[in-house]
Amino acid sequence: MSQWKDSGKLGLILLVSPLALWLALFIVLPHIDMVLISLRERVAARQYAFSWGNYTEFFTEPLYWRTFLRTAVMSILATGLTLLIAFPVSFYIAKMLRGRLKAALFILCLIPFWVSELVRTYGWMILLRETGLFSSLLQWMGLVDQPVEMLYNDVAIMVGLVYTSMLFMVVPLVTTLESLDDSLIEAAYDLGGNHLEVIRDVVIPHAMPGIVSGCIVVFMLTLGNYLTPTLLGGKDSLWFTEQIYTQFITRFNWEQGSAFGMLLLVLSSVIVWCGLKLSRQSFTRVMT
Amino acid sequence: MKRLLKKSTLILASALAMSSQLHAETLRLLTWGGYAPQEVVDQFEKETGIKVDVTKSNNEDMISKLRATRGAGFDLAQPSQDRITSAQADFDIYKPIDLSKIDANRFISSMLEATKKNTAFNGEVYGVPHVWGTSGLVVNRKQAKGVMDYTDLCQSALSGQVSYRLKRPTLIGFAYALGEDPFAAYSDTKKYGEILAKVEKKLIDCKSNVKAYWSGGDELLNLMRSGEVKAAMAWDAGGWKLNSENPDITFVAPKSGALGWIDTFALPRKTKAEEAAYKWINFVMQPEVAAKITEAAGNFTASKGGDKFVNPKLKAQFNESFPPADVDNIKWYPPVPPGLEEMEGKVLDRVKAAQS
Repeated sequence: MSQWKDSGKLGLILLVSPLALWLALFIVLPHIDMVLISLRERVAARQYAFSWGNYTEFFTEPLYWRTFLRTAVMSILATGLTLLIAFPVSFYIAKMLRGRLKAALFILCLIPFWVSELVRTYGWMILLRETGLFSSLLQWMGLVDQPVEMLYNDVAIMVGLVYTSMLFMVVPLVTTLESLDDSLIEAAYDLGGNHLEVIRDVVIPHAMPGIVSGCIVVFMLTLGNYLTPTLLGGKDSLWFTEQIYTQFITRFNWEQGSAFGMLLLVLSSVIVWCGLKLSRQSFTRVMT
Repeated sequence: MKRLLKKSTLILASALAMSSQLHAETLRLLTWGGYAPQEVVDQFEKETGIKVDVTKSNNEDMISKLRATRGAGFDLAQPSQDRITSAQADFDIYKPIDLSKIDANRFISSMLEATKKNTAFNGEVYGVPHVWGTSGLVVNRKQAKGVMDYTDLCQSALSGQVSYRLKRPTLIGFAYALGEDPFAAYSDTKKYGEILAKVEKKLIDCKSNVKAYWSGGDELLNLMRSGEVKAAMAWDAGGWKLNSENPDITFVAPKSGALGWIDTFALPRKTKAEEAAYKWINFVMQPEVAAKITEAAGNFTASKGGDKFVNPKLKAQFNESFPPADVDNIKWYPPVPPGLEEMEGKVLDRVKAAQS
């Protein structure tokens, strides 16, 4: 009997250890190292001293916190837009379609993700640039008489971000909406509700965990995105991850870069926590 | 069980031995695009049996990569000569060059001496020259006739049609065009700060003229090719490449002086194939091989007699862009003292964030 117990324990250890090792080696240790690096300052060549300077730099130099603020606001906006576009799509896929058509539409949402994000972003660049497809099309139709530049602005960034995040909103929404019993919707109509009331009082409350988990995923992906804002935003892109990249790679300032990285982690967690509080959802419920 | 263990240890050991053996036959080269053309790599492998593993990079990326591994992962790197001593002082990523293993006769001696001097740190030499060139202006002569100097990129006629990088060469170029001498101020932090402040203001004023800040060479070539950008600050080789496709576009040496750089060979501190690295250096400095690299990279090398084998077109392009007086006016980068790049970084950040 005791042998059984022991082997059960061993099995548990064997099962858990890859995960524990993974977490410790690739998540916990690097982050500890990053905190340590962020808390030092170069005083002379190859000499470092303890300092909070890298963190105070973020709050005292308007450039950095403004960049963060801009990134956060645009990410929230992108999340909202993605939700707005993805909700009707998901509802249509989950509730209005049956069988093969449903699968086909779902696959259509998935297909763009078979190529890498870089390729998708370059696709948008080909469409939007001054000598690109849209500009030529508009000229051909006679709507404009000279090339129009649609790339390198905030709208282009937004388009790219929403496009990139679409799938991560559609999947959780479709799953939660599918679990909603159709008879509940019918009952709501039978009891005299109109479209708006049914959506507001029956569909959305049921879909809330899906909405919130989709929003969290999209928000974090957008906030941590590097490629899309840099390539589509051009000279005014100003994304916080770009700032981190610059500190690490072109300025060799790992200390500042690590501090920015930790700040991004903490501040984005705070924003997600606020979002959960506002929507009265708990993290465990949303993620399971 | 024991036998199995023994067997597997044996297999593991032999696998390790094999991999290290394979390793010794490979030269991991950290370099720029065009500096190790396939033809030259194949020829080297044929003659020496050593495989060359080429990683394309740039100055900042090289330092970052080597810093992350404390000088491991590559056997030979090619940073610019002005970026070696400060990186060595701060991060200790290179190893001194054993000059006795270099065939000095294959180098243009003035260039070799200058590079030895500029890459000396604590009495040891860390770099020997390979490819040299300049950065200046690439101009579409039909559409942007008036662009003769860096600051001409800010002419209102070119609004939204110019491009440059947000990196240190831009700061240096603009400083010269504004009548300053930034290289002379390298050792005077206060004076250098004043110059940078002046440049920062100019670059912020100029921002509305910029279509996009380019970051990779191909990106700029595409912007110029499509005609979306009429004038840019860029490397000479890019300008000549465009010139071969479209005679209207070419490289122009700015009035205040083109900025001259020399890319070197430097040994990462934990190089695993030092002998192969020296073999490669001596191999590519042969005039015939150097000429092939010039063809691929578009820039001339420090190989003595190498320019004899270069095709006449590139020479003609060079002579057109550089009348003799402009060659004398080239401003060669002196070694960057540590600390300056941090000041420059903040200026670049503020320019990037400014609203145009």
